[in-house]
Amino acid sequence: MLQRFANWLAYGVLSLDAQSRLGSAVDFFIYDTIKILILLFIISSIMGVINAYFPIERLRNYLTKHKLYGLQYLFASCFGAITPFCSCSSVPLFIGFVKGGIPLGVTFAFLITSPLVNEVAVAMFLGTFGLRITGIYVVSGILLGMIGGFVLGKMKLEPYLSDWVKKIQQDSMAETEQWERDKTTFMQRLPGIIHDSWGIVKGVLLYVIIGIAIGGAIHGYVPEGFFRQHMSQSNWYAVPLSVILGVPMYANAAGIVPVIEVFVAKGIPIGTALAFMMAVVGLSLPEATLLKKVMTWKLIGIFFGTITLFIILSGYLFNWLL
Amino acid sequence: MVIKVLGTGCSKCKALYAAVEKVVKENGINAELIKEEDLEKIMSYHVMVLPALVVNEKVVAKGVISETEIKKALTTAE
Repeated sequence: MLQRFANWLAYGVLSLDAQSRLGSAVDFFIYDTIKILILLFIISSIMGVINAYFPIERLRNYLTKHKLYGLQYLFASCFGAITPFCSCSSVPLFIGFVKGGIPLGVTFAFLITSPLVNEVAVAMFLGTFGLRITGIYVVSGILLGMIGGFVLGKMKLEPYLSDWVKKIQQDSMAETEQWERDKTTFMQRLPGIIHDSWGIVKGVLLYVIIGIAIGGAIHGYVPEGFFRQHMSQSNWYAVPLSVILGVPMYANAAGIVPVIEVFVAKGIPIGTALAFMMAVVGLSLPEATLLKKVMTWKLIGIFFGTITLFIILSGYLFNWLL
Repeated sequence: MVIKVLGTGCSKCKALYAAVEKVVKENGINAELIKEEDLEKIMSYHVMVLPALVVNEKVVAKGVISETEIKKALTTAE
């Protein structure tokens, strides 16, 4: 239905030729933009509701008190995926968890999934690739967090935390954060949540448009199967190469998914594309700079290195499975 | 009153600062508004989520903060 509207707008109103590359590109652009903005708004609203009610302190206390025989990694990872905290929260969260006595591995599980699986990416994936691929993305992101966290925990990396964090650990006192949470009802909160969702959409709008514009251009101007020629599955180095390229990059999930969509349409194996996206969104140079405050370079290196390796492995796995 | 907006510089933190500024201006509140970006100082407030709103050295809100919540926090503290 949306496709028909886009077709009407591009070919009917703007009188573009359906066979032409420009026509095709513009059509794609209109369709994708509208579809994604709608999805994004809906999912941001849902996440806004979750975020408004999410008791982070209770989670932390829960994780410390209960010996969950490995399940704590699953919880930490799932919560990392669900909670849409601002990226600048990753450091305070990390410190908060460490202070609260949560094992480093569990904290890492949270730290890995938090940027990797986010609501913007889920919305984009749903609209672009459908439920199955979105499911794979979410599940593998959470698994990655769990396994990565577990492995990093086993490496006993506490000595490599920055001096400042070690000092905080030593001074750790019981925190009594008693600030009155006013008893606002759901209906009273809803306008604020809707307003924030709209804010999120507005915030990423520019990136979405840029991403879709690039995607649209590729869609219209790059011939079918172009990438298949150059980056087929039989090139074993395609996966590691794209992941390593992706790690230092940071693109807003909103901007990168349309580009990924077109890569896949033009012939890049979906596993490679998915791994690339996870590398771009999950790890980045800006994130490393933020983490510098709590980790020594060595720890950041180990952290990034381990995750990169797991993403590469996931890429191969996806290509094999899909 | 001293209002501090804690945040390391991402868009949500900047948005909160702008919103607080707006509320202060609109309601004629007599307050000193500070943006705290230094992580060590931020951590001294023991917050786990950014951005956060601090009024007279007490953390009054964190995470997703609406203008209504800002207004309420600032007017009750006065």
